[in-house]
Formats: sequence, structure tokens, C-alpha cells
Amino acid sequence: MHTTKRLWGLGLIAILVAACSATGGATPASPTVESEPPVSAPPASVAPSASADAGICTAADMPTFTPGTFTIGTDNPAYPPYFEAVDAPTDPWELGDPTTGNGFESAFAYALADELGFTKDQVAWTVVPFANSFAPGDKQFDVDINQVSYSPERAQNVDMSDGYYFVNQSVVAKGGTPAAEATTLTGLKELRLGAQVGTTSFAAITDVIQPTTDPSVYDTNDAAIAALEADQIDAIVVDLPTAFFITAAQMDNGVIVGQIEQAEDADAEYFSVVLPKDSPLTECVNGAIAALQSDGRLDAITQEWLSDKANAPVFQP
Amino acid sequence: MGLSGGSRDVDQLGPVGPREPLLFRRRSDREQLARSLTIAIASSVVVFGGLAWIITNSPGWENVQESFLDPAVFADALPDVIAAFWVNVRLFLIAEVLILVFGLLLAVVRALPGPALFPLRLMATVYTDVFRAIPGLLIIYVLGFGVPGLGIDGVPNDPFFWAVVTLTLVYSAYVSEVFRAGIESVHPSQDAAARSLGLSRLQSLRYVVVPQAVRRVIPPLLNDFIGLQKDTVLVSLIGVVEIFRTAQIKAAANFNFTPFLAVALVFLVVTLPLSRLTEWLVVRQRRRQAGAGGAR
Repeated sequence: MHTTKRLWGLGLIAILVAACSATGGATPASPTVESEPPVSAPPASVAPSASADAGICTAADMPTFTPGTFTIGTDNPAYPPYFEAVDAPTDPWELGDPTTGNGFESAFAYALADELGFTKDQVAWTVVPFANSFAPGDKQFDVDINQVSYSPERAQNVDMSDGYYFVNQSVVAKGGTPAAEATTLTGLKELRLGAQVGTTSFAAITDVIQPTTDPSVYDTNDAAIAALEADQIDAIVVDLPTAFFITAAQMDNGVIVGQIEQAEDADAEYFSVVLPKDSPLTECVNGAIAALQSDGRLDAITQEWLSDKANAPVFQP
Repeated sequence: MGLSGGSRDVDQLGPVGPREPLLFRRRSDREQLARSLTIAIASSVVVFGGLAWIITNSPGWENVQESFLDPAVFADALPDVIAAFWVNVRLFLIAEVLILVFGLLLAVVRALPGPALFPLRLMATVYTDVFRAIPGLLIIYVLGFGVPGLGIDGVPNDPFFWAVVTLTLVYSAYVSEVFRAGIESVHPSQDAAARSLGLSRLQSLRYVVVPQAVRRVIPPLLNDFIGLQKDTVLVSLIGVVEIFRTAQIKAAANFNFTPFLAVALVFLVVTLPLSRLTEWLVVRQRRRQAGAGGAR
């Protein structure tokens, strides 16, 4: 799914990269460091952020790609709900505009920068095609935030941070059908559900929903969508990022009915911030993510952009 | 079969030759059979034993054994796999009846005489060519998802229904060719004789030609029936959880391929008797024909 999306923008990349490096150079020279929090304020439990004032993890001392600037990469076009779509995005962005701070990853990126001590003005965005972000070689960014799922193979070429988003399963139905009105897991039980074979989505049907009708199983999500369009099933289960893509691009009247909250476990798929291999910033980013997690800011961002504004409520039991 | 293929030919030569040399030949036959048996057993031991030795001593044998031959996974998967096979059984039984009827109809249409019926013959020919050419996999996708997607009232959208339709369309094209070959194999003199007795062309087809044709093509029909049984797994593509999909789900859950072995065994158990029956029918037919020739 990603590759098809990415191919789209390939033609623009050459121009965009040129345009972006210009943006990068235009950032203010004097970094305005955020006022240090009072030493007494953070309790021991928020310790990860405390590591931010140790060593290089402060904006002023951080060895960033462009000194004094936090350069964040993502692909162009930037898609909602990760980057909110605007009518006139800043050049060179298409569709979604990362510089607004609106959209899940844009909001997370600015929160991360803030936690590391950069102001909004000190953040520079640059276009990095999805596949390039975790390919071996020199990187033109400090961090890349682009729905990159952690995998050990990718982690051999680049540093991958701790997870900032743990992928939930979700239910997609045709708009206007009774299935689209379900709000509870019990309400899903009566539906004819379908999923791709051998996926965590299928496991969510059999383990979490446990429907009364045996689920239908398909080789691909595309086949499951075809069955949904043909009314052979009432709803399909896919992971939430895929659900965003399906409802935005693949189905005319597809709606996300809701998300299935699952216990976070070690095997869960999650999005990582990508950094150049052996980047000195990796520890700082992990510390910042831990801080955002422990004080609930990350949860609030996730709730706002991936549940509320994306119309993907969490199913009640 | 094949163990002592030579001796059977000698048997068939039997009635042609004089009495004394025949007995002599039969005796030497027995010695030859014993020798053939010994050689066959010895070569089988060498070939299969050698293969087994090579496989079990290969560097990856342990891994392969674990992921393809896990007894615990097998025992866990087998009952579910057998239960799911019921879907396939229903599918090929229903489809086979429709295929035989439709296939014979097509073959008869192509055998119909007269220039006025040319459009019918043309349609039957085009149909056979088209449905033998297109892979069943494409047809089941188009019919299984496409037709119900049109949302026409009264058109069923049950995947099982469309699987029956797909298999009937594809296999009746093959089977009609088998029937046609059977019809053409009946000597024209049979038709001529029937016509001389006052039967019409259709009556001759119905009472003389087709009955002989059908009897002759039973072995190839059984052959297609076996093919049909295996092709029932196509229905899994449009969401029906049958034997193959059940095994796939089990395999994905265990990270182990052993459930597919269970599927292979189920298909073997069902098709082996059919394969033997087919061969027995072929042999019987050959004997009968040879016998008829001898009596003349």
C-alpha cells in the first residue's frame, strides 16, 4: 500500500529536495532555547525527560544536521490523518501540510521537537521518500516521521526509535449500512466479517470479536474489499492505517466504524521515528517519546487526530 | 501395471500362434515374471532407499521435518481440515452433475447436422474455446465479486453459488470436448445402419451413437472429475473457508506447513480410489475390445 502511494510523488522529488534544502537554510540563526523546567518540578517517574538536560539532549548542544535547526523528514504528498489536508499547503507540500502542527504525525513531530527544546520556528521539514528513509546511506534529516513500522531488517540500516504509535485493528463497512452504526464489540458479533488470511486482523476477529457467523477469509485486503462491495460480508477488519487508506483511496463510500483496542504486546506493530544509523540523537528521541508517553501528551495527540478527528472511535465492550 | 509389461503383449499374441509354442511361451513367461519382479524390487529399494538417505541426511532436514511434518500440528489440524473438506465435497458433487449434463448438451449441439443449425454449433464452439482458454481463477473472481457487485435484484451473491457456476462453466467446456471425441469415435456405419432402420438423425444420436460414445469416454471423464475435485479450492479465493483455507489459517497460526500435508492426504484418500477405478476401466475396455476382435 505504501509503495503505490509513494510512487505517486516520485516525479516531484528532484524539485522538492532542491526546494527543501533552501527552506532548511532559511531558518533563524539564533536558537531560542525553551526555558528550562524547574529542577524540583519533574518527579522521578518522569525521569526520561530528565535525561534531556544531560549531555547533548538539549537544543543548544544537539549536533543536528543543520546546527540550531531540527530537520524532520517525511514523504510528499503527506497524507491525512497523519498530516491534515489544507487547501493551499506550503510549498512544496501536496495534500497535507506538515508545517501546520495539525494531523497526527505533524502534532507528534512538534511535540517531540518541543520536548527536545526546539521552538516551532526551529523545525524544518524536508521531503524524504518513504523507501529512502530507511535505506542505507547518508541522511539529510535529523529524524524522519512517516508511518514507518519497526522491523529488525530496517533497523539494520538506520536507527529506529521506540514506538510512538501502536497499530490498532479497525473495522471498515459501507456507509449507510447497519454495520456502519456499530459502536460496541458486542454489536460486531452479529456481523458477517472478513479479513486477510494469516494477519493480526483475522486474529482480532477470532480472538476479540468472536462473531456468531464464521468469518470469511481472503488472500488480500483487495479481495476482502471486493466482497464487501458485493455485500457478501458486512464489514472487514484491517489495521487502522490501512483503514485510512482504504476509506480515502480505495472505496467510494467506505467508513471506519471504529477501532478495536488491543493489549499492547511485544509483537504489536508500531511506528518508529527513523534516524541515521548510530545517530547521537537516538537516545534523546527515545527519552522524549518516553516523556510524552508518561505525561499523557502522546495519548492526547493520538486520541485527537487518529480517533476524534479521523472519526475512528474505540469500540466499547 | 508396468512391472512386466512385456508379458501382457505375449498373452495377447496368444490366440494368433499355434498351440504348442504358446504353452512353451507361457512357461518361459513365468520365469521371466519372477526375474522381472526381483529386478523391480531391487531397483525400487535402491532408488527409494537412496532418495530417503539423501533427504534425511540433508543439512536442512531437521528444519523441514519441523515445519512440514510436525505430528502435534498434524493431529491438531486434521479434524478441522476434514470437516472443512465437506464444503469441497458438496461443491464438486453438485458441479459434476451440472457439468455432465451441460457438457453432453454442448457436445450434442456440435454434432447436430444441417446448415440451419450452424449458429448453434458456432456458439457451442466459441463457448468451448473461450472457457477452456481463460483460467478458472480469473472467472471465479469476475463472477464471484463482479456479478454480485452489480447489485441486481434476485441475482444471488452467495460465493458458493458462484463457485458452482464457475466450475460448471470451465469444466463443461473440457467435458464437452471429451464427449465430442467419444461421439466422433463411433464409426459412421453405426449411424448409417440406424438411419437405414428408419431412425431419424436425432433418434440415431440418442439411441445409437451417444450411448456408445458415453461408455467409451468414462475413463477420461473420471480424469476430469479428479481435476474438478482439486479445483474446488478455487472457492477459497472469494472468501469461502474450505479445506485449503482452513489449512492456511492453521499454518499461519502455528508458523508451520504441516496442515497442508493433511490437505494433501485428504485429497489422496479421495482421488486414489478414483484413479485406480479409472485405470481398471481402461484395462477392462481394452480387454473387451481385444476379446471382441478375437471372436470375430
